[in-house]
Amino acid sequence: MTTLGGAPFVAPAAYRHRRLIDAARILPFAGFLLLMLPLAWEPPAGALRDTAGDTVYLFALWALLIAAAAALAPGLSRPPSEGQGRDG
Amino acid sequence: MGQHVLLIEDEPSIAEAVRFILARDGWRVTCHHDGASAVEAVKRHAPDALILDVMLPGRSGYDILHDLRAAPATAGLPVLMLTARGQGADRERAAAAGANRFVAKPFSNAAILAELRALMAEAAPAGRAAGDA
Amino acid sequence: MPFDLLVLACIAYVAILFAVAFAVERRTAAADGAGPPRWLRSPVVYTLSLSVYCTAWTFYGAVGYAVRSGLEFLTIYLGPTLVFLGWWILLRKLVRIAKTHRITSIADLVSSRFGKSPLIGVVVTLICVTASTPYIALQLQSVSLSFAVFASDTPAGWHLDRPAQTAMWVAAGLAIFTILFGTRNLDANEQHHGVVTAIAVEAVVKLLALLAVGAFVVWGLAGGVADVLDRIAASPVAGWELKPDRWTGLIFCAAAAIITLPRMFQVLVVENADERHLAVASWAFPAYLLLMSLFVVPIAVVGLERLPAGTNPDLFVLALPLAEGQGTLAMLAFLGGFSAATSMVIMEAIALATMLSNHVAMPLWLSLPRRGAEAGDLRRIVLVARRVAIAAVMALGYSYYAMASGTAGLAAIGLIAFVGVAQILPAMLGGIFWRGATRAGALAGLTIGFSVWLWTLYLPSFGEGTVIPAAVFAEGPFGAGWLRPRALFGVGGMDPLIHALFWSLAANAGAFVAVSLITFPGPLERVQGAAFVNVFAEGEAARGWSAGGAGAEELLVMAQRILGEDAALAFFRDAAAAQGKAGWLPDITPAFLDALERRLSGSVGAATAHAMLVQITGGATVSVEDLMAVANETAQIMEYSARLEAREAELTRTARQLREANDKLTQLSVQKDAFLSQISHELRTPMTSIRAFSEILRDGELPPAMTVRYAGIIHDEAVRLTRLLDDLLDLSVLENGTVQLAIRTARLSDLIDRALTAAAATRPERRFSVQRDPEAEDFEVTSDTDRLAQVFINVISNARKYCDADDPALRIAVRRQGGQVTVDFIDNGSGIPAESQGLIFEKFARLTDETRAGGAGLGLAICREIMQNLGGGIAYLPGRGGAAFRVSFPQVLKAGDRAA
Repeated sequence: MTTLGGAPFVAPAAYRHRRLIDAARILPFAGFLLLMLPLAWEPPAGALRDTAGDTVYLFALWALLIAAAAALAPGLSRPPSEGQGRDG
Repeated sequence: MGQHVLLIEDEPSIAEAVRFILARDGWRVTCHHDGASAVEAVKRHAPDALILDVMLPGRSGYDILHDLRAAPATAGLPVLMLTARGQGADRERAAAAGANRFVAKPFSNAAILAELRALMAEAAPAGRAAGDA
Repeated sequence: MPFDLLVLACIAYVAILFAVAFAVERRTAAADGAGPPRWLRSPVVYTLSLSVYCTAWTFYGAVGYAVRSGLEFLTIYLGPTLVFLGWWILLRKLVRIAKTHRITSIADLVSSRFGKSPLIGVVVTLICVTASTPYIALQLQSVSLSFAVFASDTPAGWHLDRPAQTAMWVAAGLAIFTILFGTRNLDANEQHHGVVTAIAVEAVVKLLALLAVGAFVVWGLAGGVADVLDRIAASPVAGWELKPDRWTGLIFCAAAAIITLPRMFQVLVVENADERHLAVASWAFPAYLLLMSLFVVPIAVVGLERLPAGTNPDLFVLALPLAEGQGTLAMLAFLGGFSAATSMVIMEAIALATMLSNHVAMPLWLSLPRRGAEAGDLRRIVLVARRVAIAAVMALGYSYYAMASGTAGLAAIGLIAFVGVAQILPAMLGGIFWRGATRAGALAGLTIGFSVWLWTLYLPSFGEGTVIPAAVFAEGPFGAGWLRPRALFGVGGMDPLIHALFWSLAANAGAFVAVSLITFPGPLERVQGAAFVNVFAEGEAARGWSAGGAGAEELLVMAQRILGEDAALAFFRDAAAAQGKAGWLPDITPAFLDALERRLSGSVGAATAHAMLVQITGGATVSVEDLMAVANETAQIMEYSARLEAREAELTRTARQLREANDKLTQLSVQKDAFLSQISHELRTPMTSIRAFSEILRDGELPPAMTVRYAGIIHDEAVRLTRLLDDLLDLSVLENGTVQLAIRTARLSDLIDRALTAAAATRPERRFSVQRDPEAEDFEVTSDTDRLAQVFINVISNARKYCDADDPALRIAVRRQGGQVTVDFIDNGSGIPAESQGLIFEKFARLTDETRAGGAGLGLAICREIMQNLGGGIAYLPGRGGAAFRVSFPQVLKAGDRAA
């Protein structure tokens, strides 16, 4: 979607808000990539997977993603002061 | 036998008063209370004179008079109108509709008798002329 | 544990849920227009209600899943987590679209996007019902299994003969609960605050239960976190294999399910009270899922160690505390599982019933001959349809359970449903992000995807040789090997679930895109497509209506049948006010038709609402200019013209207000003249009689009987004069607000009785039938009851005087709402013409001209002043058949209520 206005310079608050939205858009994709990571962890031949390690990794990653979302959420639900940065 | 007057007036007490006053003076009075059927009543009773109230249920006195004037049989009928209002506007409307004379409410008994007599006196030559023709 | 105790606990728990739902509904109703209380609309309740995602499948099944496939169970929660992390991209848009277009269900969303197509609504409903039925069966099964677990572990206890019976009772109980709280009213937004709150309570119960069992396992049975990790490494669970296709496929599948499952769409989108709640839910709901999954592996590992071999791993959560002698904990776990199952079934039934009634029952009903948009109160029909649909959904779920009384693991059924509803995803995403998507494309994609799913996953799930013969599995139908259900196009060797997911969605999306590219969308589709895709764009979207061919009163009558009388009246009045018009009937502009259609959509779905409006307006839908507006994408021009339009609208509004004020002044001045001559007439009439008879009496010579009679007339006329003057004075006192009120308490029914008796003196020769509801009137009001009765007498006398029906009848309808009483007087005459409705309460107004001499026309003006003094009002209600007056006032008049 296009960003309205297209002015090269915007007030710092509006600029922050736009970057916040960028981060919110990237977050799920980053999360997806990180979730795919265990696929690459081949257990050594003949041995079992390190299930306990997988468990710790997945839950730690999960908690991290949640924390990131919680950090982004308040800024996103507040409309930017300048009324800029609308999008679709 | 006196002359026949048809009174169209919806207020029963006023109708009763007028009937008493006129009857005492020797007139023959018929009363009718409704506006909507007033024109038919006039045709049916064929009175010598008509006393017509302005505010009637169903139809206004002006409209009734207008119809009466439009019909050949009643075009020359002497009509005395009882206007509720004494102002000029009402008189003008009454005159425009074709009333010969009018009395404003409330009227004195003498006034209504005088007006009726004057009405008949004015109408008599015209009535005779109409009869001769 | 004795069976009785268990049943008792269940009943007590359900009773608490009833109480919660009931209390919330009452609070919401009492708040009267202000909506539900604040805390109810909090993001916490919203987030908790989202937990209907975690069904008995999660509560019990996750442990079984972990025993069978290790950490793979996490995919079911990681998929939704990703969707919530990306709420800014998708969920926000979904919620905004649903709010803007008053979407009632996922079928409504897709149907509305593709030109309000009834057919698409039916197809999506069909997919949802087919996919959800086994899922509901699964919940019933889990409840009866959990009962059975208690049965087998008590030596002196009871024996569960027929688990099916338990399931049947549960299904029936849930049907009753859902019907009671899910179909209380046809809310404009399809929001069910009572149910949602009960679900939130259940969410807390199931989370606490699972956490309690988990904590008991980790710190009670095992020796803490480190010990558990060691045990995990040593247990058979560690032998799981991370299959890339299943890992990715299932994450995708669960991500799709969180938005396409009917119940999830219901709680996530339809029941959303505030868009900002999404921001909180974006992290809080993943956190909830994390907590729900945290102890799954430990419980699986410890359960495998401690429970006898052959114990159903799907029931470890319950069996473990039981085996360890923790009765209370087991009971908590049982209630947790019960919560998970019941909340899912309730929400799913509500969502499916909404779809079935709006997309199947209503179109059928409207297509019946002579039913059209004219007859009867539609709300009752919709509600009955919903209730029947809820019962039918439960019955379907139960029959599936009874038929396929599951031997399969719980997880399998859940995933089959996920893949089924995921078939809606292409049409949904394509619909909200791609303007080129067409109705034909969506229909093709949905049908093909649904068919492939049926063939490769759903029908085979009944087992080889039941629905599909074993030979077909081996060789394909009629020997067509490339059509084998588990190896389409010869692609064997794939995991059956991933095989089905891949082929169904590939065929679905492929057909959707291909057909969309080659077909051409209709005007309404293009309007809706633009409105959905550009939902965040500035300015008004293009409208689906051009000029209206219907009268406002006609539309009001129809709206009343769907929204209810009060809501419809309020909507029309607000619309009129926004146009700068006084009264109840707005101009029928395209904007108004659009708003009305959206409002109706909130109750019966977009397709039905559109069809009904078309019936009334004769179908003057999209115009060329509207399409031009869609085609014209130059943002600046749009914005500029929008601004111009706004300014012009403002000017028009002001001009109209001025014109109306001027008209009113002119009318008032004419009326004032008329009033003065009316008063003059009213005063002169008795005076004429008095003068005439007093002169007659003065002349003397009357018989005594006549004297008495004429004196009597004089007396009566004098009384009449006095009364008229009293009325005039009364009005002036009321208008100045200096009237003394005599506050008393009286029964409303007595007041109405009194008024009816007194008003019977008006035109006593008329036979007048009166319909009343004695129960509704049977309460006390505290007010100036004499004044109130005076108003009633006046309104009833008016009806007696002016109702022109051959068989005149008056209906008196009383209602109480939030301390406010409304009494409606509705007769069956021809009513008051629209152009006069705005004037009847004016002091000088009389609907009659001089041909109809009568009362001075002060009655309604006095009524209005009285009601204002009593803190209420009197109004004329259009569109009720005859003349209808509404008298409203506070049940208990307090000092502050009185309008100055």
